Amino acid sequence: MSTRASGRTVGGLRTLSLQAPAVGLLLMWMLIPLAMTLWFSFQRYNLLMPSVTGFAGVDNYYYLLTDPSLWTAMGNTLLLVGWVLVATVVGGTLLAVLLQQEFFGRGVARLFVIAPFFIMPTVSALVWKNMMMHPVNGIFAWIASLFGLPAIDWFASLPLTSVIIIVTWQWLPFAVLILLTAIQSLDDDQVEAARMDGAGPLAIFFYITLPHLKRAISVVVMIEMIFLLTIFAEIFVTTSGGPGLATTNLAYLIYIRALLDFDVGGASAGGVIAIILANIVAFFLVRTVAKNLEN
Amino acid sequence: MAVNASRARRSVLNRKLVLTLVAWTIALMMFFPIFWMFLTSFKTEAEAISTPPSLFFTPSIDGYIEIQARADYFKYALNSVVISLGATLLALLIAIPSAYSMAFLPTKRTQTTLLWMLSTKMLPSVGVLLPVYLIFRDLGLLDSRTGLIIIYMLMNLPIVVWMLYTFFKDIPKDILEAGRMDGASTLQEIFYLLLPLTLPGIASTGLLCVILSWNEAFWSLNLTTSNAAPLTAYIASFSSPEGLFWAKLSAASTLAVAPILIFGWMTQKQMVRGLTFGAVK
Repeated sequence: MSTRASGRTVGGLRTLSLQAPAVGLLLMWMLIPLAMTLWFSFQRYNLLMPSVTGFAGVDNYYYLLTDPSLWTAMGNTLLLVGWVLVATVVGGTLLAVLLQQEFFGRGVARLFVIAPFFIMPTVSALVWKNMMMHPVNGIFAWIASLFGLPAIDWFASLPLTSVIIIVTWQWLPFAVLILLTAIQSLDDDQVEAARMDGAGPLAIFFYITLPHLKRAISVVVMIEMIFLLTIFAEIFVTTSGGPGLATTNLAYLIYIRALLDFDVGGASAGGVIAIILANIVAFFLVRTVAKNLEN
Repeated sequence: MAVNASRARRSVLNRKLVLTLVAWTIALMMFFPIFWMFLTSFKTEAEAISTPPSLFFTPSIDGYIEIQARADYFKYALNSVVISLGATLLALLIAIPSAYSMAFLPTKRTQTTLLWMLSTKMLPSVGVLLPVYLIFRDLGLLDSRTGLIIIYMLMNLPIVVWMLYTFFKDIPKDILEAGRMDGASTLQEIFYLLLPLTLPGIASTGLLCVILSWNEAFWSLNLTTSNAAPLTAYIASFSSPEGLFWAKLSAASTLAVAPILIFGWMTQKQMVRGLTFGAVK
């Protein structure tokens, strides 16, 4: 008995010492910058005006919250995340079902479809901006000309849509990769039995495939959400947030405040708002995922 | 009967042909931008921007030669390699003991700790950009490889712990217990039993970590200028109007994405399991 009891204590100590580096580092990574951001957000602190200092109270928040650009950026963030999520989940499900069927060269076709996921965001943004969507020499302009249509100046007339298209192209493969794997674990006998009972392909899709994919879809939504809320490189490289504020999301707005305007106080207030927003999302997501993992 | 059978077979074949056509059309559309980038990298600048786009041309490697002639391409590539490998090794080193204890010595708090770790990924980088920028400025870590290695390591640590935990959990406890009976210490247990058994999982975790670090752009764009700038920052420099030479841009891009694309293709199956933390099999 005593050995078991002492073994448990040693186990507890061992657990602690083994986890300490990872937990400690992440704790520091979270707490120190967070505390500093909170502190700065209540300060007058502009790197261009070193003489202006002191406690600002809620001024930074007041200016930020009454500045229409914050709400534009927030709207853009939600539009971007929302549309990309819808497009990748719907498109990913359909593509996964398609790629699961037997056809010639299936293996290679699958590799082609998932390829964009591994492409550097700065590269995909530049390739799309210049070689695909360029209003004069781009592939889209050329295709439009084949049909006698005028070319679209994508980033001038449909800036946010263009960014959404690029980001969707990058994240659709991720959804396909996960959902395809999930579909492969679907029981063939169940599908066969349903077919025997006279279920059509649509009924099989809605009553068997889709419920089977529920867990995979929730994982896709969670992971994409983590990355999409902070999309930066694609906007930095293609539009720099413009024209005007058309493609400025929250991440880019804070970037402008911080590193272009050098307004530490204002940018920190923006950072706090971004963190609150992310935590609202995380609260619901982590719950869902935790539930999923327990089952 | 025989006629029916052959008709059925023919309809199966027809279905397969239609599926092949549809699936390949979509696959080629998805892959087209990458293919086009690759093709453009072998064109001259004039051919690169020609309308209609030229599909047949005499391939030249001038784009690649000019990229090399700029002489700085390899500096950026080396930075990418050093930073992503450094961050990955460091993350694995810190995450392996942690994941080991979570998988084999679970307590009531383990699940909570895991979820908390993941929630740090939700902390938006922009929210903490300024403090990190100022800390780095004061510590002299701006534009240094060490700085980016630390950031990428911290950024990937939660995912690395989760993935390793997923892979470790699949190893039967009995095997490790047998080792402990024979007098193996925790370190020996990890080195001689756990690591060899989970090598494929560790490898795919490492590769995903390399991919994420290699492609990361937010921190590299904001914390480096020239010395430690990796390929993401180098490629972004092509977005300035004077840098818009499509053939050269394509050549540099091809070199930047090729290794990671091949890595990704090789490990896609394992990656799914790790990325979904075993929730999808």
